[in-house]
Amino acid sequence: MSEAIEPVAASAVVNAESRVDAKQMNMIQAINSAMDVMMDRDPDVVVMGEDVGYFGGVFRATAGLQQKYGKNRVFDTPITECGIIGVAVGMGAYGLRPVPEIQFADYIYPALDQLVSEAARLRYRSAGEFISPLTVRSPFGGGIFGGQTHSQSPEGIFTHVSGVKTVIPSTPYDAKGLLIAAIEDNDPVIFFEPKRIYNGPFDGHYDTPAKSWAGHPEAQVPQGYYRIPLGKARIARAGEALTILCYGTMVHVVENTVAATGVDAEILDLRTLVPLDIEAIETSVKKTGRCLIVHEATRTSGFGAELLSQVQERCFYHLEAPIERVTGFDTPYPHSLEWAYFPGPVRIREAITKIMKD
Amino acid sequence: MTGPEDSDGAPASAGRNLPPLRLHVPEPPARPGESADFTHFDIPAAGSQPRPDEAAQPAEMREMAYGLIRVLDEDGRAVGAWNPKLPPETLLRMLRYMALTRAFDARMFRAQRQGKTSFYMKSTGEEAVSIGAALALARDDMCFPSYRQQGILIARDWPIVDMMNQIYSNKGDRLKGRQLPIMYSARDAGFFSISGNLTTQYPQAVGWAMASAARGDTRIAATWCGEGSTAEGDFHSACTFASVYRAPVIMNVVNNQWAISSFSGFAGAESTTFAARAIGYGIAGLRVDGNDVLAVYAAMRWAADRARANGGPTLIEHFTYRVEGHSTSDDPSAYRSAEESTLWPLGDPIARLKQHCIAQGIWDDERHAAMDRELAEMVRDAAREAEKNGILGHGLHHPMETLFEDVFEDMPWHLKEQQQQMLDEWKAAGL
Repeated sequence: MSEAIEPVAASAVVNAESRVDAKQMNMIQAINSAMDVMMDRDPDVVVMGEDVGYFGGVFRATAGLQQKYGKNRVFDTPITECGIIGVAVGMGAYGLRPVPEIQFADYIYPALDQLVSEAARLRYRSAGEFISPLTVRSPFGGGIFGGQTHSQSPEGIFTHVSGVKTVIPSTPYDAKGLLIAAIEDNDPVIFFEPKRIYNGPFDGHYDTPAKSWAGHPEAQVPQGYYRIPLGKARIARAGEALTILCYGTMVHVVENTVAATGVDAEILDLRTLVPLDIEAIETSVKKTGRCLIVHEATRTSGFGAELLSQVQERCFYHLEAPIERVTGFDTPYPHSLEWAYFPGPVRIREAITKIMKD
Repeated sequence: MTGPEDSDGAPASAGRNLPPLRLHVPEPPARPGESADFTHFDIPAAGSQPRPDEAAQPAEMREMAYGLIRVLDEDGRAVGAWNPKLPPETLLRMLRYMALTRAFDARMFRAQRQGKTSFYMKSTGEEAVSIGAALALARDDMCFPSYRQQGILIARDWPIVDMMNQIYSNKGDRLKGRQLPIMYSARDAGFFSISGNLTTQYPQAVGWAMASAARGDTRIAATWCGEGSTAEGDFHSACTFASVYRAPVIMNVVNNQWAISSFSGFAGAESTTFAARAIGYGIAGLRVDGNDVLAVYAAMRWAADRARANGGPTLIEHFTYRVEGHSTSDDPSAYRSAEESTLWPLGDPIARLKQHCIAQGIWDDERHAAMDRELAEMVRDAAREAEKNGILGHGLHHPMETLFEDVFEDMPWHLKEQQQQMLDEWKAAGL
């Protein structure tokens, strides 16, 4: 069993200008590349899940890995999410570094006990004798006419659980660097992949032609190893008038809406929900004095509620307007009315106008 | 239950001349105040069960899931094809480990009643299930136990003071007082951290075994759950994975008849055996007299040899009886006949092995009584030693700030902040 790989120095985290060996990749290719790089570096990394082996996954995220690394390290599993995660916990206890895929985040609920009571608690309850270095990958979020069982955003369930980290990338470059950091992490990580932007950024206008990642600066992805540390937000757009906290697909929807409104907003792409980059949030909100929180997940007890509390506790005397939330409604994710549910440009623009009025 | 007529008095299934449906809710044979009756148990004679080859196909040995492997007969003789023919020193080690487990249980049960800890679970009557298994496995095989297999730690010579420190949640507790008493973790003993959530260890054991196989290791895994929790989805997920990947794992179902107050009928025992769960999964299934330590040993050894030879998983039902309450929080006189434990037809596992050792001419009543005295003193001395590290609720616990440790490998800012806040608040309160 190899030792855990030492994190590289911060200087190894490259910025877009100095990306060596970079290649245009969409988010699926970047995720695939992250697993490829890690399987090559660390023989303990194993990939498992429904349809991930020979076929390469329903979204093709694991394409080619079984051919390259063999069936002992990349294998299809029975259709039991409880079993997939339970088996991954056991493999982690043996000393492996499993990367199970849950085919859709909507399917993760049968695995909740193994995630919440086992993977997330093993280090604590055994005082470090056993750990669960799992990275659970799962496509999440709507916008693909997936109906209520292929569209949900359950990140708030996991941010509520002690002992698990929750990571959500918004670009191919981040997806690879964050996934590598997640796989190297010795704690369980829920890695939710915004499937609406697998193939291209989404501006929130569902009735315009889909864009690809071609030409997007964050789609320039180094082919080799690099990591983006967990717990560090990204300033997607610098600004002075307003801070918008978002992650995943909503980063792009917000960017586009901000561009359309002309407001000088600072857009923070949180990237990691737990641990949260509270410094970046606090610095930005204290600078702008206004805060909007946007997520696709349902509103009540959503992660936005936690963000709102944190901002209120730390930045209350800097605030010039009440903090606003734009979120999915507290309903199941509908099929035909998907775009009524989706917190798109109309609702974001309304919220920005309201905050800026005060 | 409603009758066949609706509120208007009209037949609900008018024109369909069908009998009303009935819901079957299982009921145990005897409740408090009633006579226990085990005559409906079909108990084959010791030595009557065939012993399939370890390489047998599951389909060729299905009857093993409905029989009962028994080695020790009524006269204390070891008979039949399953007789492991153990040397005298192994028999006496088994006897001593079982007796030590019982003495340990007695002492810790009393400690709970004395208010020294919050909770305890005895394994009285089920000692053979753990001890027979532990001795049949290699020392480095990995165990994923449930909460009543303390005998595994004892048979692996784990220090009982360490176990007591955990039970007292004191400053000597390696688990830093985080776990309910008896939820041990002992990596160096090949003993996985016990969960309070039932049967979660099953797929974990299968995963460990799959990892071992994928790595070309030689170690196998074993896991235990109760008959009640075979109803959990984890059990069935584990059986599917074990079958699909032919994992080198032994899955033990300890059928002690009772899941707190629910008799085994609520897990399906009225309709089939628990060993027969193996058949649908294409797994080898064995059903064993769990109060016969030689039978337990032989079945475990069969399964271990099979797993080590890449023959895949085995599901073993250990048919036994939970003599005591589920835990110190339970009063079985409220739901089952008090006669049951004395009438249990498969006897006491310690008495049966003792009888065998005496019949073999390697043991006698005097030596047994002396051993019991010695073990009682040993656990008393160990308890005194452990109590020097503190008992639950008497201050000698780990420092308060440790409650934030080990949530993650590195403590993130929000836990540091909460930790500091807690310390500041206690300080401000003058504590």
